[in-house]
Amino acid sequence: MNLFVELVARLLGVTPAMASDNALRGLYLPPEASTSAGHIDWMFDVILWICIFFFVLIVVLMGLFIMRYRVKDPNAEGPRIYHNTALEVTWTAIPLGIVVVIFWLGFKGYMDLAVPPANAYEIQVTGQKWSWSFTYPTGHVDNVLHVPTDRPVTLIMTSTDVIHSMYLPAFRAKMDVFPGRYSKLWFDADEPGTYPLFCAEYCGTEHSSMISEVVVQEGPEFDEWLTVASNILATMTPEEGGKYLWEKRGCNQCHSVDGSAGIGPTFVNLFGAQRAFGDGTTTVADENYIRKSILEPQSQIVAGFDGVMPTFQGRFNDEELGAMIAYIKSLTSS
Amino acid sequence: MSSATDHAEESNYLNAKPGLMSWLTTLDHKRIGVMYLISILTAFFIAGMLAMLVRTELLTPGRTIVDPDTYNQFFTLHGAIMVFMFIIPGIPAALGNFVLPLMLGAKDVAFPRLNLMSWYLWVFGGVFAVVSMVTGAVDTGWTFYTPYSTDTSTSVINMTLGVFILGFASIFTGINFVVTIHKLRPAGMTWWRMPLMLWGLYATAIIQVLATPVIGITMLLLIAERTLGVGIFDPALGGDPLLYQHFFWFYSHPAVYIMILPAMGVISELISVHSRKTIFGYQAIALSSVAIAAFSFIVWGHHMFTAMSPMANMVFSALTFSVSIPSAVKTFNWLATLYRGHIRLNTPMLYALSFLFLFGIGGLTGLFLGTLAVDVHLHDTYFVVAHFHYVMFGGTVIAFLGGLHHWWPKMFGRMYNEGLAKLACFLIFIGFNITFMSQFIMGSLGMPRRYYDYIDAYGSYHVWSSIGAYIMAVGFFLTAGYLIHSLIAGKKAVENPWGAATLEWRTASPPIEHNFHETPDANYPYDYSVNRFNPDTGNYDHIGAPAQEDDDRAVGFHGHGLESTT
Repeated sequence: MNLFVELVARLLGVTPAMASDNALRGLYLPPEASTSAGHIDWMFDVILWICIFFFVLIVVLMGLFIMRYRVKDPNAEGPRIYHNTALEVTWTAIPLGIVVVIFWLGFKGYMDLAVPPANAYEIQVTGQKWSWSFTYPTGHVDNVLHVPTDRPVTLIMTSTDVIHSMYLPAFRAKMDVFPGRYSKLWFDADEPGTYPLFCAEYCGTEHSSMISEVVVQEGPEFDEWLTVASNILATMTPEEGGKYLWEKRGCNQCHSVDGSAGIGPTFVNLFGAQRAFGDGTTTVADENYIRKSILEPQSQIVAGFDGVMPTFQGRFNDEELGAMIAYIKSLTSS
Repeated sequence: MSSATDHAEESNYLNAKPGLMSWLTTLDHKRIGVMYLISILTAFFIAGMLAMLVRTELLTPGRTIVDPDTYNQFFTLHGAIMVFMFIIPGIPAALGNFVLPLMLGAKDVAFPRLNLMSWYLWVFGGVFAVVSMVTGAVDTGWTFYTPYSTDTSTSVINMTLGVFILGFASIFTGINFVVTIHKLRPAGMTWWRMPLMLWGLYATAIIQVLATPVIGITMLLLIAERTLGVGIFDPALGGDPLLYQHFFWFYSHPAVYIMILPAMGVISELISVHSRKTIFGYQAIALSSVAIAAFSFIVWGHHMFTAMSPMANMVFSALTFSVSIPSAVKTFNWLATLYRGHIRLNTPMLYALSFLFLFGIGGLTGLFLGTLAVDVHLHDTYFVVAHFHYVMFGGTVIAFLGGLHHWWPKMFGRMYNEGLAKLACFLIFIGFNITFMSQFIMGSLGMPRRYYDYIDAYGSYHVWSSIGAYIMAVGFFLTAGYLIHSLIAGKKAVENPWGAATLEWRTASPPIEHNFHETPDANYPYDYSVNRFNPDTGNYDHIGAPAQEDDDRAVGFHGHGLESTT
């Protein structure tokens, strides 16, 4: 019964929504938040009207012929109209002309999307099953994409495992992200707000959870955010810093802090505990153990877990490793 | 003369030889066609039920009935079974096998044993693939993209071996049809006097023979990488993941035309016969089939617009648009055939008209996706899902259903309940549009495909889409019901209930084991003066060959020597 009520509510479109959720509501295209979106939507509309014209033409003619030329005598045969060269040339040439124009417009619009401007602000993106991380020029790493309105942005993207695809519907921008190579995606955001960010290439179990947000901010506001975010560990105790990193670097997807089992072991009561590995060896979880688990996770897989954790070598500096160790220590009740 | 009553006591291909073994060892193309029909309908039922599970899971965001891994297996199975086991063999191997030799006035296909082998390969490959997918929990999607498919722990190897075997079933059918059409046409049937169904099957067969080996090799390379660690596709081994996509689509895009070309052949027959008017632009329709077959080999790159270089994208975008022209030409020809016809709104014709409506939408929405700038936004969203369902379902499946209802009396010698058939056609048409029109909208709003969970903005469209799917299911169960009923208690069918002029209607319904008592003379297949309605029997009696003058005008190549018989 609850399901039924929920479905009726959904049919009528009255559903609870997050802020960024609303950002994708629209008649048939999401709101435009980049300088390219307007042109792409214009092209979409041009093609839409061409399609509507031809579709209505086909259906109306079909309807007229059905009504007008119904069978009355089972033996009556329609006139032997075998072909009509003039008509056939016309209905070949007109669609040909139309698709040539559509192709050309689409190609020109695409070249604008494909070639990033030289002065673009660069953000490094790493896709992995099943999260995104964004590295800013200051070295700050975040799981939410923040971009300024006052300059074009280029995302330089790679994957640590399978193919993903960066999709920003509000910018009408999308590019596949490959392991072992870099691909680029650029845009010039012009409408402050928060919009969804999807993975568009199927990547396994949690593919549909590989979503994040893009926060578009005015230039000065963005700069201020980045300064604060880049130095955030300095404003926190190491324990608070570790908790912050646990959320921001995606540790929270697999490692719980409430004792429940996840894809990886919980952090609760981990420090100081005896760890038994898949190969039968054991060790006590000390600072070195935690450091090694972050940088070389495959070297010590705890018994009962799959070795699915990617390495974070190069993505945690010493200060951050220290914060993680402090945080995990604080989760051990003594 | 009414041969329907004359032949009443004569045995037909269905009862000529009794027992299961006589079916399993048969070399009769009609029996193999029926066996293929039963097999592909079984596959269609399984894949259709999986679609219902997918749509049910998507009724609400988050978990509705299953967990994400199970959902991923559902859509993988749905896609793989539908594509490799239903749509690709659907019209050629089931309907085509049955009607192709009959349309030629021939006794059988050129290689009857190869034909039976094709069916056994289908069964073996199909069972192998389905069993390994179910037991091995394959979750890669029907496209098996690397490196996901080389990394995943599921039994991809068995699945791809299954696809490899199914590919050979398809190649065998293709070889058989090419040779049969070249060698077994009767006296009087020049290339330009072949029914357009045969042009469609011929173009299809060429693609089957030329393109299918590529998927076979690709699957073997995938297996080599997984088992031997040869670095072909996986970057961790020094391979290139995009290379896999090139190989895969080099087959799988032409495969789209393996699916649609025979459907276009069916529609050409249905529209002409049920308007009782010669097809308009015979040569344009025939040649556009060949043109589509040729273009189909050079457009695969449009599946990778968000992965390739701008230069490659430009070339593939331009080539992709070239396919739209022959498709548009065909549509206009069919419309022009309706003009001043004598249109009979029976079930086959309703399906043919549904095809014009749905394939029209499917084809036109391809323009959005061929356009580079717009495709970047729509790529890998529900817009693409809706587009290819309008082409594959609205095109191929609707044409298959139309063809099935058109040739049903010939295949089984029974008529079905016309009222229920029209109702089912209506339910399928309405349900289909509700299902996939919602998907067009949520796709252009940004909903990515293959998502287990989704944000609330798309909620109402998903519910509508599922409701449409349930309506379609009702239509299909109704169809299954009245077709099975017709086999048991349907009215006996006459030899030629529709007044068609192609040769398969010049023998009893169902045909005798060797098809014809004597080889019929081929006439221009859309000249309806060759038969006359007999109000007493309901049959269109054959009354003789048409006037030669009309025949020559029909082919339009008068004086060029092309109308001479071979």
